[in-house]
Amino acid sequence: MAMQMLPPDWPGGFWAHWAVFVVIIFVFVLGVMMVALWFERRAMAIMQARLGPNRTGPFGLLQPVADAIKLLLKEDIVPAKGDKLVHWLAPVVVVAPVLMLFAVVPFQGGAILADLNIGILYIVAISSVATVGIFMAGWASNNKYSLLGAMRLVASVVSYEIPVVLSIIGVVLLAGSLSMQQIVLAQDIPFILLQPLGFLLFFIGALAEINRAPFDLMEADSEIVAGFHTEYSGIKWSLFFLGEYGEALAVSAIVTTLFLGGWRGPVLPPWLWFLAKVGLVFFVMVWIRTTVPRVRIDQLMALAWKFLFPLALLNLLITAVEILVWPAVSPWVMVAVNIAIMFFLVLLWSKLFKLGWGRVEV
Amino acid sequence: MTVLSGEELAHQIEKKFPKSIIESSPECLVVDSGFLLGVAAYLKKTPRLDFDYLSAITAVDYLDYFEVIYQLTSLRRNHSLVVKTRCYRRDNPSLPSVVSLWRSADFQEREIYDLFGISFEGHPNLKRIVLWDGFQGHPLRKDYL
Amino acid sequence: MVIKTEPFVVNIGPVHPSTHGVFRMRTTLDGEVVVDMEPVFGYLHRGIEKLAEERTYTGCIPLTDRLDYLASMTNNFAYVLAVEKLARIPVPERAEYIRVIMAELQRIASHLIAVGAFLNDCGAFMTPIVYMIREREKILDLFEMACGQRLTYNYMRVGGVSQDVPEEFVPALSKFLKVMPGWIDEYDQLLKENEILLARAKGVGILPKELAINIAASGPVLRASGVKWDIRRADPYSIYDRFEFDIPTGSVGDCYDRYRVRVEEMRQSVRILKQALKDLPEGEVRSDVPHRLHPPVGEAYAHIEAPRGELGFYLVSDGSIAPYRFHVRAPTLINLTALRDMMVGWKVADLIIIFGSIDICMAEVDR
Repeated sequence: MAMQMLPPDWPGGFWAHWAVFVVIIFVFVLGVMMVALWFERRAMAIMQARLGPNRTGPFGLLQPVADAIKLLLKEDIVPAKGDKLVHWLAPVVVVAPVLMLFAVVPFQGGAILADLNIGILYIVAISSVATVGIFMAGWASNNKYSLLGAMRLVASVVSYEIPVVLSIIGVVLLAGSLSMQQIVLAQDIPFILLQPLGFLLFFIGALAEINRAPFDLMEADSEIVAGFHTEYSGIKWSLFFLGEYGEALAVSAIVTTLFLGGWRGPVLPPWLWFLAKVGLVFFVMVWIRTTVPRVRIDQLMALAWKFLFPLALLNLLITAVEILVWPAVSPWVMVAVNIAIMFFLVLLWSKLFKLGWGRVEV
Repeated sequence: MTVLSGEELAHQIEKKFPKSIIESSPECLVVDSGFLLGVAAYLKKTPRLDFDYLSAITAVDYLDYFEVIYQLTSLRRNHSLVVKTRCYRRDNPSLPSVVSLWRSADFQEREIYDLFGISFEGHPNLKRIVLWDGFQGHPLRKDYL
Repeated sequence: MVIKTEPFVVNIGPVHPSTHGVFRMRTTLDGEVVVDMEPVFGYLHRGIEKLAEERTYTGCIPLTDRLDYLASMTNNFAYVLAVEKLARIPVPERAEYIRVIMAELQRIASHLIAVGAFLNDCGAFMTPIVYMIREREKILDLFEMACGQRLTYNYMRVGGVSQDVPEEFVPALSKFLKVMPGWIDEYDQLLKENEILLARAKGVGILPKELAINIAASGPVLRASGVKWDIRRADPYSIYDRFEFDIPTGSVGDCYDRYRVRVEEMRQSVRILKQALKDLPEGEVRSDVPHRLHPPVGEAYAHIEAPRGELGFYLVSDGSIAPYRFHVRAPTLINLTALRDMMVGWKVADLIIIFGSIDICMAEVDR
């Protein structure tokens, strides 16, 4: 599939455009990630009736910088019997896809590194590569806890891909194109209203894919010490950390693009709208993390296969039927109908659905 | 909670297990170690006594003998009794284990083995519990240090 | 093609963020399912029973503080009750009321930590435990007012308490009692019907009633399995027979029931505190006891309802100033007996939750 023609007025042509955007993405990801880190710690602390970082710099704003400096200066410990090459490669394999994801996220109308016309498919493909990195980390550490964590993770990511992809297809049907820029342009009404069930499924599925609470059992502090990154320290650990927050930001950006209308909004400049929406989605993620306990691995799998997957199929069916049967009807009617269907289905399914097995006879 | 008198029960138990009671007093009942399991099973299974809850097992080193004290309680009837038994040997003392009747004796008998050296026959897993496996000696004996 | 699998052995602990102390579980896992589990402890054994044979009866009180350090007041209480039973020493009225007040405050503080740590193990990332620690700080401020210490109080003495409570104690306690029920209701409302908590804790780690009685479980673990046995009711010590309170029991004996029983017990403790505060008499707080006490030759066993179960002290005296034998009936050691039965068949994540719900303090297990 050929890339789209770039706008003709870029001085320096293709490579200048590419270089500028690579720099923007790096700055954006690393910069916003630092802010996101600080924001998460302050928000979580205030929800927990305490203060959070407030010593390093005004309001603790330099805390991420302090953390980064501390981590970079730490000793790099590699387990003696671990697989050294895989141990070294694993953080790289985790972080690189995260940065690559931002290549197709539209920051503004026309401001995108590569407006692939298979944009969303590229995202789905690349985000799965990070899983391989995490499994490499679990394996190379020569530690049973890490292996347990990595296995849990592979099982859950594979299971949650399906509802996530199915809910994306709903959006693609409405927008008529796989390209991210076209999806944003097609959102006269944000797709969260037109596809409420799809949004819910995508959000929960994405939370499970990036191992954030309530699905953070891959790195459950209280169970398997730190899961796959138990044996990592220093720079490599900070790369995993970066990978985790980068993925959270990437998911926020994708949710913004697909469901919240991307950079569209009335008064403010578009990039400000984009940042605000990403911030809002990230805040909701932090909120959920602070509030809710963790699920168990078999409950996680049951949630994916018995709850989200049938609902995703139903969502796709309903969206397809609506588009076929009502091409000319006003979208607001669709909004009302979809929201009603969502409530009905979620309530019905939760009555029918049992979360996980109980005790296994040994 | 009523504390059952050892003297009254002594008559009852003597009838069933002759020569099993060494001494009895209002506070406790001292049983000969050979009859310990029989008397314990009788105390647990008699409906009027019904001692289903073994609160605590302790051992004391009175230099001539070791004394092991059982605090028994009945939850349904809300009465309690203290049963004691003695062991006169210093090297390799041994007593029958009551784990088959009350599982709460499991860890407590292991602890008595660990700290006093009294082994309990019939215990499924008689290993040291609070000290490490290679430890020599039994600290709570009066002649240790 | 048949894939060959075999179970593997993992050591959970002794150094682990969630084992409430130093405790090692040698688990045999088949995938995620626990096939076998062997508890190994003794890492925190300090020989308290042997140390006590070298100290006077009053000098053993700081040793008892360090047994279950999250509930020091009740440890002191049980020990001085045993000495008073041995030497037949009376206790003045005001001292009895102060002891009950301290014991019930300690019960609330200990249950706050127990519930908070349990929820932390469930994965609610620190939020419940931070709220509960905030409430516990208020209780620790009250203790600091009374005896100057926040953790190991050394407050009770043979024949009373060591010093009277200062004037600001009673108003501060009334203020605390006014707000505490509201806080308990707030935590309860947030967590009682939480879907994920119910899914994680309901039906998990069941301790059947017959097994609970057979292993001589006590405290919230026994009551959650359906046995209504509370030493404050069954064998009242001190002045507990003057107070009105309910005994919450569970029905199934799973982790959720143990959690609910602890929350309800906090409410009942507030009730007892209100009654005790209302009736607090004036008077002296310590009867005249020689510093080097020579109790008559004999033995005594006294037990109380500590937050973690039935805490008992067995003392043997030979007439000298130090106890001849000092034995602690540790509730948490005995509650651990059925751990393997509760855990087999569940998954690794449940292991941690089941262990957290029994509420162990390793210092008491190992002594």
